[in-house]
Amino acid sequence: MTRIIVVTSGKGGVGKTTTSANFAAGLANAGRRTAVIDFDVGLRSLDLIMGCERRVVYDFINVINGEATLKQALIKDKRTPGLFILPASQTRDKDALTTEGVERVLDELSQEFDYIVCDSPAGIERGAYLAMYFADEAIVVTNPEVSSVRDSDRVLGLLASKTRRAERGEPSVRERLLVTRYAPSRVGRGEMLSVEDVQEILAIELLGVIPESTTVLNASNSGMPVILEARSNAGQAYQDAVARFLGEEREHRFLTEKKGLFGWLFGGSSA
Amino acid sequence: MNFLSYFRAQRKQTASVAKERLQIIIARERLQCAGGPDYLPMLQDELLAVVRKYIAVDRNAVRMQLDQEGDCEVLELNITLPDSP
Repeated sequence: MTRIIVVTSGKGGVGKTTTSANFAAGLANAGRRTAVIDFDVGLRSLDLIMGCERRVVYDFINVINGEATLKQALIKDKRTPGLFILPASQTRDKDALTTEGVERVLDELSQEFDYIVCDSPAGIERGAYLAMYFADEAIVVTNPEVSSVRDSDRVLGLLASKTRRAERGEPSVRERLLVTRYAPSRVGRGEMLSVEDVQEILAIELLGVIPESTTVLNASNSGMPVILEARSNAGQAYQDAVARFLGEEREHRFLTEKKGLFGWLFGGSSA
Repeated sequence: MNFLSYFRAQRKQTASVAKERLQIIIARERLQCAGGPDYLPMLQDELLAVVRKYIAVDRNAVRMQLDQEGDCEVLELNITLPDSP
């Protein structure tokens, strides 16, 4: 049975596309056939993050409008077997997305894939609404920062009321929290909301915490999901999160900062 | 602890301020969203105006809440009357 996952947040710039790319790559690496769809029509970015921007010929809207087949539009990832990308249109706007069209594409993908990852655009307009509408699972990406947490709460309200599952009275969308850009040293100094704070406010299951890391930007720069960088903290944190998503129990890592002598002398008093 | 802690103690812990602010605003917004209808604030205003025609009450003395009890929606209106002189 195919599971449809929406990666959502409300606020922009918190790491939805990065998370979509890394989850899709992680799921495919775990042997699950995975398709990842960019719902940000007009402002596509997933193709860049996944390093396939020069191989885009047809897009999601072309498939919805019958101008191309799904097979023609899907881009096969070069690094990870079993991973396919459906890019958003760069020239149309979000009105080109229709409920029926999205449903048709998801149904067709469901015949071939184990997981469909829907990369939601920011905001709560049409694109974001349709990205979450058919979801079975939601990954709510949140930065430990006031406006991001508030937007996430708003999105949780929409997941509970504006999805197909909600409208049909089916079991609700499974919502899980992914805290990104986490800086343990700043949390220790009382300058940043802790993961416990965020979880207490949003009151949903914690899927993972991705530490703020320079390797994430480096990975974006080179168009390679950071999860493939097995040595980086952020990559390992994404691997843990994907493993938890698939039902494995893993302890949360990177929640505290390792301190050197300098940090011990001049850093905060936190553990 | 270290010798810089002395200076740090003076600084406000902004994370706890953030948490408090969020808890308050989110509780309010959840009520507004879950308590559904858009007319709720307007209804509250008009009801308050009616009450005020007869009794001098403060704006904050009126609490309105929409609850779900089984199949029924219950609109609860709570007005704290001032102590009679």
